[in-house]
Amino acid sequence: MPPERKKKWQQDTYEPAIGKSPERQPDFTLTSGMEISPLYTPGDIKGIDLEESPGYPGEYPFGRGIQPTMYRGRLWTMRQYSGFASAEESNRRYRYLLDQGQTGLSIAFDLPTQIGYDSDNPLARGEVGKVGVPIDTLKDMEILFQNIPLDKVSTSMTINATAPVLLAMYIALARKQGVALSELNGTVQNDILKEYIARGTYIFPPAPSMRLTTDIFEYCRREMPRWNTISISGYHMREAGSTAVQEIAFTLANGIAYVKAALDRCLDIDEFAGRLSFFFDAHNNLLEEVAKFRAARILWAKIMKERFGARDDRSWMLRFHTQTTGCSLTAQQPYNNIVRVALQALAAILGGTQSLHTNSYDEAYATPSEEAVTTALRTQQVLAYESGVADSIDPLGGSWMVEKLTRDIMEAAERYIDKIDSLGGVLAAIEKGYQQREIQESSYRYQKEVEAEKRVVVGVNKFATPYEKLKSLNKINPEEEKKQMASLTKVKQQRDSATVKASLENLRRVAAGNENTISAFIDCVEALATVGEICDTLREVFGIQREYVII
Amino acid sequence: MSKKKIRVLIAKPGLDGHDRGAKVVARALRDAGMEVIYTGIRQTPEMIVQSALQEDVDVIGLSCLSGAHLELFDDVMQGLRDRNMDSVNVIAGGIIPEDDILELQKIGVKAVFGPGTPTAEIVDAVEKLVKGTD
Repeated sequence: MPPERKKKWQQDTYEPAIGKSPERQPDFTLTSGMEISPLYTPGDIKGIDLEESPGYPGEYPFGRGIQPTMYRGRLWTMRQYSGFASAEESNRRYRYLLDQGQTGLSIAFDLPTQIGYDSDNPLARGEVGKVGVPIDTLKDMEILFQNIPLDKVSTSMTINATAPVLLAMYIALARKQGVALSELNGTVQNDILKEYIARGTYIFPPAPSMRLTTDIFEYCRREMPRWNTISISGYHMREAGSTAVQEIAFTLANGIAYVKAALDRCLDIDEFAGRLSFFFDAHNNLLEEVAKFRAARILWAKIMKERFGARDDRSWMLRFHTQTTGCSLTAQQPYNNIVRVALQALAAILGGTQSLHTNSYDEAYATPSEEAVTTALRTQQVLAYESGVADSIDPLGGSWMVEKLTRDIMEAAERYIDKIDSLGGVLAAIEKGYQQREIQESSYRYQKEVEAEKRVVVGVNKFATPYEKLKSLNKINPEEEKKQMASLTKVKQQRDSATVKASLENLRRVAAGNENTISAFIDCVEALATVGEICDTLREVFGIQREYVII
Repeated sequence: MSKKKIRVLIAKPGLDGHDRGAKVVARALRDAGMEVIYTGIRQTPEMIVQSALQEDVDVIGLSCLSGAHLELFDDVMQGLRDRNMDSVNVIAGGIIPEDDILELQKIGVKAVFGPGTPTAEIVDAVEKLVKGTD
């Protein structure tokens, strides 16, 4: 259909129709602010080579998927982010989920563990075991993985500032289980830049933090070739309120910063780039999200090939985990969340994700109950085995709308990346509060739109009939915090304090110098030094970071 | 009632970094003509009480999504009592289960706003609370 044909339809048919009875909204827009056309036709994608612009599956630039067979070969990994109360309770939940057909583990750590405080630190009060599992020493990690052989699972750990400590514990655990490090599959999030922008679990200033990030790249390149050394995350920026375009733009810009840091360490790009992985949000607008995932893949492939000159095709591939959007979950009429999650998960699958977490319907109330998380996992299984969407590769490819949105999102994201470059790169932009401010503006605009009923939230600002609040929630017994403190005291009494002290002194020396720190971390955790002791040692060497920008 | 602007401290106690809601509420209150001080994340209860004292606020809004609200809000309330600041109205928001809302009301938290609350409702509640105590 040539563009004239669409114009003719607009003049002859569409405009007279809306002249008679106007559309239900004055305008239709994506979260990214871009106008949605009433109709997409071949004219909209004129100039886009639909064969070569996205490429073929498994071929550069991977717009249609990174694997040649995608889900026909192997389904995505079903990986529910989970952890609460104690190592025992969390271990029980992991084994339950594996029994229900989950195919990978995803560990949620509590905030003290993420920010480097022991469970008995006064700053940890009330937080122990709440949003994740408390880990003070290797002993807790052993309990967490009881009866879970590390050579049989892949494990994703959402851990950033303290990533080297938890990675060291995983390594020490593998040694105890007699599993070779080269056999380990999994991921550490290890993405500190987005912590400064949105998530907030940083400890140290950017320079030493980036050094630790790069230490993990370097160590794993030698010792753990199957480990994903980072999960460069847009998820938390999106949850903080960014648009889809900002999400991928800020994430890829962070990716560029990590690649530069590793190149500055004189690592060869094709030796580390294949182990970089990503993490995105699957939000409400199904087609915008599908286009976003496709756009991100194409952009990253181009960045790696053209900007950095990577030669290995694995270095060009954007492999990613997806989580459905937490902030869309409503406390009102909570069972509606099951439907939202199913649609968001569908977007992730149509977008070609490698791994997926589906949220539970009760998460506007608490961390998930067993019943709710089972429904979330079953949602993935229904999509995988019943819906048919996993049976052909990139089934929306060639849709005039999806291809046009893919192109529009790519171009808009590129403009943001250029802007960040022009500000002097990611860190300079963070210091100026650029990304933080952009996200805040988008988040406030969205809130205003919801309150003006320009955006409908079913059950909240429309169809808000009475509902019953959820009753059977996952409640963390306050005794768990005391139990954890007691078990920490016991470990401290039983360990050899001279070995602990020596390992921490060695870490202090290594951290103050230039050598890779990971072996020193492993010595510390094997000596049963605590997460807090290790991080306090580093705080003395590196200093601490304060929040950059507040409103 | 005096014409002076209502002063509100929006605070993030504990280690929780989810600050989207706190920032949105801070902005909405500011747009409604109030003086709003936002503490930023990772504040101890003691730091929050100190800020409230220094800034001479009428209302403190506590935001917590990490599940540590019972302990942390209780510490804030205790700190206010220790300094005879009982007249400061405390409101809260975040991921707070129904049972805990009752607990929080018992220790003196005036209102708890859950996810999906329109900001206008919060503005209204703050204005009413301050009028009531004048």
